[in-house]
Amino acid sequence: MKMEPITATPLLRVDNLTKRYGSRIGCADVSFDLWPGEVLGIVGESGSGKSTLLSCLAGHLTPDEGQVIFDTAGGPRDVLRMTEPERRRLSRTDWAFVHQNPRDGLRMGVTAGGNVGERLMAVGARHYGDIRDRATDWLGRVEIAAERIDDRPTAFSGGMQQRLQIARNLVTGPRLVFMDEPTGGLDVSVQARLLDLLRGLVREMGLSAIIVTHDLAVVRLLADRLMVMKSGRVVEQGLTDQVLDDPQHPYTQLLVSSVLQV
Amino acid sequence: MTDQSYNFAYLDEQTKRMIRRAILKGIAVPGYQVPFASREMPMPYGWGTGGVQVTAACLTPEDRLKVIDQGADDTTNAVSIRKFFQRTAGVATTEATAEATLIQTRHRIPEHPLTEDQILVYQVPIPEPLRFLEPRETETRKMHSLEEYGLMHVKLYEDIARHGSIATSYAYPVKVEGRYVMDPSPIPKFDNPKLGDCPALQLFGAGREQRIYALPPHTQVVSLDFDDHPFQATKAPHDCDLCGASESYLDEVIVDDAGNRMFVCSDTDFCRSRREAGHAGRLTMQEAAE
Repeated sequence: MKMEPITATPLLRVDNLTKRYGSRIGCADVSFDLWPGEVLGIVGESGSGKSTLLSCLAGHLTPDEGQVIFDTAGGPRDVLRMTEPERRRLSRTDWAFVHQNPRDGLRMGVTAGGNVGERLMAVGARHYGDIRDRATDWLGRVEIAAERIDDRPTAFSGGMQQRLQIARNLVTGPRLVFMDEPTGGLDVSVQARLLDLLRGLVREMGLSAIIVTHDLAVVRLLADRLMVMKSGRVVEQGLTDQVLDDPQHPYTQLLVSSVLQV
Repeated sequence: MTDQSYNFAYLDEQTKRMIRRAILKGIAVPGYQVPFASREMPMPYGWGTGGVQVTAACLTPEDRLKVIDQGADDTTNAVSIRKFFQRTAGVATTEATAEATLIQTRHRIPEHPLTEDQILVYQVPIPEPLRFLEPRETETRKMHSLEEYGLMHVKLYEDIARHGSIATSYAYPVKVEGRYVMDPSPIPKFDNPKLGDCPALQLFGAGREQRIYALPPHTQVVSLDFDDHPFQATKAPHDCDLCGASESYLDEVIVDDAGNRMFVCSDTDFCRSRREAGHAGRLTMQEAAE
């Protein structure tokens, strides 16, 4: 059964995206549509091309072929053919990128408030009181106590750093969030809290998200749809529950059966 | 007495041409850091090798040179650079701001207003205002070219968050003609308002970092700030103890180990000319009374 889309244009349309590293394939012939408010999970083993795909989508890598069409305020545009200033503006307004390691996404020498405020200042906020109010509000939303606003991320635990990174990314109200293993490196109870938080934020803000992970539990909780990658190609895609409960491709079957049942 | 074994002003003519080209480009694009092939100078990096090269490229035999270090004409750096050009260029020197045609400075703008016939050359240790927040040169260059200056405000935000006000008191970032964010070299922010609409040509040379930038006369220069924390030019809330000046930038000098201190103008020429004109401060009056 095919679900009826809510709006006529997808937020992101990816067409035959291919990235080669010399003769080897990073990812090949990836096509999908992402609709507003939808969360897409990308799973696969290490080296399957998930991170390459995410980097190509977010503009960190230049793919060799294909199109990435984003529904900007001024209509659908091919992100790969945008000028660099346009793309960079997009990546600090409509887009957000949550790194696996919070140290890659945070400025470790700058206070929590400064980290959250940076995107605001980058889009022109010049009122200290307003910036601080919004930073305080966002720290609260990611469950960081307001009195930690002037502490540096180096004084935070791993889970707090990851939550701070999320606050820093969402403060400008992006429409599309890329997440690269957002729960990697966190212990299970912290993971669970973070997932709860992410699920709440995604639903509340109506975010669209693309989540790369090798953790099937993460996609089960967060993702509406799932793409399974192997050797740079998409081998199976569909609704999350459908793919996980009734895997068709041998590799997906292997992946699902490899999860330890406690 | 000119030392004949050196070319005029030490550098060879081709090098001076190269530096002049960089200066011209810097003047054409105010606030933009122009890379140049900085030469080894007979002084250590950090002692003004950039400023010296810019001065050497600008000097003519008719020039009258003034060199100041933190406002003073008589400190090591100022004395040795002045001697250097006396020896290699044989130019006239002066300590009076108004008489100089070319002033090389470290960390101050003279109190006496500059004129259209003067060039002010700054010694710059780190020309990149974004450096302490973004260590990658490739990235800072891109930020300049795309005018992405949000990060500069993160630095000011951090100041207010930590100290309650913008505590940056020197090397205070400015925006030039609404385009490039520029480090005005470590001048106190007290001097920042003098950068804008200055009739003199202002040149900045960073020797180790190999950058030259410039402010043509009467350029618009705005100090960055927040709407609710506006820029304030600050100085010690005192009068000069020697000349009584209330509007000049002051040095604090500790005079004994009992906690006594005095405040004196950092601009020695300004202070001396005021005293010669009959002005007196707290200490000079005390002395006269004794």
